[in-house]
Amino acid sequence: MTEPFISRGFRGRRQAAATASQLPPGQYETRDFPVLSAGPTPRASLATWDFTVRGRGAPTARWTWDEFQALPHETVTTDIHCVTKWSKLDTVWEGVSLDTLLAEALARGVESAPYLLAVCDGGYSTNLPLADVTGGKAWVAVKFDGAPLAPEHGGPARLLVPRLYFWKSAKWVRQVRLMERDEAGFWESLGYHNYGDPWREQRYSGDL
Amino acid sequence: MNSAQVPAPARAATITWRLATVAGVVTETPRARTLILDVPGWPGHRAGQHVDVRLTAEDGYQAQRSYSIASAPQDGQLALMVERLDDGEVSPYLTDVLSVGDRLELRGPIGGYFVWDVALGGPLLLVAGGSGIVPLMAMLRHREAALEIADARTRHNVPARLLYSSRRWDDVIYRSELTRLAQDDETLEVALTFTREAPPEWTGFRRRIDRMMLAEVAWPPGERPHVFVCGPTPLVEAAAAALVELGHDPALVKTERFGPTGERG
Repeated sequence: MTEPFISRGFRGRRQAAATASQLPPGQYETRDFPVLSAGPTPRASLATWDFTVRGRGAPTARWTWDEFQALPHETVTTDIHCVTKWSKLDTVWEGVSLDTLLAEALARGVESAPYLLAVCDGGYSTNLPLADVTGGKAWVAVKFDGAPLAPEHGGPARLLVPRLYFWKSAKWVRQVRLMERDEAGFWESLGYHNYGDPWREQRYSGDL
Repeated sequence: MNSAQVPAPARAATITWRLATVAGVVTETPRARTLILDVPGWPGHRAGQHVDVRLTAEDGYQAQRSYSIASAPQDGQLALMVERLDDGEVSPYLTDVLSVGDRLELRGPIGGYFVWDVALGGPLLLVAGGSGIVPLMAMLRHREAALEIADARTRHNVPARLLYSSRRWDDVIYRSELTRLAQDDETLEVALTFTREAPPEWTGFRRRIDRMMLAEVAWPPGERPHVFVCGPTPLVEAAAAALVELGHDPALVKTERFGPTGERG
């Protein structure tokens, strides 16, 4: 647009500078924790729950719930940004770093690859470049605010990739598939951006 | 949901910001208004999709929010329904300040999952709470417009039922239109339920949506209805869980939630 458009009579509610600097373009702060899911909330039984990392070949690394709980957990304080415009600041999570899971999987013979697809209960999936989930950038979270993750928020376990829009932090995650080629996940094949960087406001496919 | 392998998309066309002009304003309830918009170059939409609205203050400060589209794809103008949130930043501007002739920046349509059209077939089961009726109304309006020109077999194939929860009578958005639609169409049934205060001599439901109510209103799971549930999070969680318990295929239950976990509409 050549001339910036002004909404007649709109003043808006500016955030304090400290908060504003934590908010990507087009986002507003919420203190609530909204729930957005495309379908019914799946209910997983911890007795049968497992988490797997799979590569192209046969070996698959698998953890039962108890084995997963025995892995080193990290506490992460981070801002999260939902593509529907809300951001929640300084949220506290606990989970296992993808670095830990991938290192263990590779040690068990799983073949690495440059992309991954996170596959979830309920049929949800999301795709990510490996580079965006390694080096302390992503976790499989099992606690929020010190309590076990509620099912509507993705419990028992969800991906946490706070640097990207929150749909990439897939709820009810059960498997990470390492892929030679990038393959669109659920929202990525329904009009949302393939990468989803909130600071570049990559909400929808076609956004630069 | 999707199980087919979809290659990551090549860069698609950008969803551009457009300047719409307010052509009309309709008061739906004491707290809800419909904005009727002329949108030059609007690419069309599917029932259930939404738009992003962007407001810009004189100093360049901007705020964005999403609003469901209430109009049918067949309608010439775009209708957005806005419910006033008293502590909101954007909705009070849209309900109290914006007037006919004003312009409004928006982009869309957005969302490719919570959508329905007659080509997808039926039965169609819609479950709404509060302003969650809006995208479902777009589906009913689309359905009505499509069936007006459809043959008898198509009409027979897409029966629809709506279960709509409101606090009280005055809060029922599209009340008269829903009444008219249900009167004119034997294949559409509308059931209301009231959670705070039912009208005098009301003989229908007067409680929150629960499993028994859904069992009464919904088709049996064997009919494989396409189900769309939209409303506040607790309502959607309860309704979707109950539908799955009743035996409906979770893949056929599409949901759109708004608001925080704890609040009930």
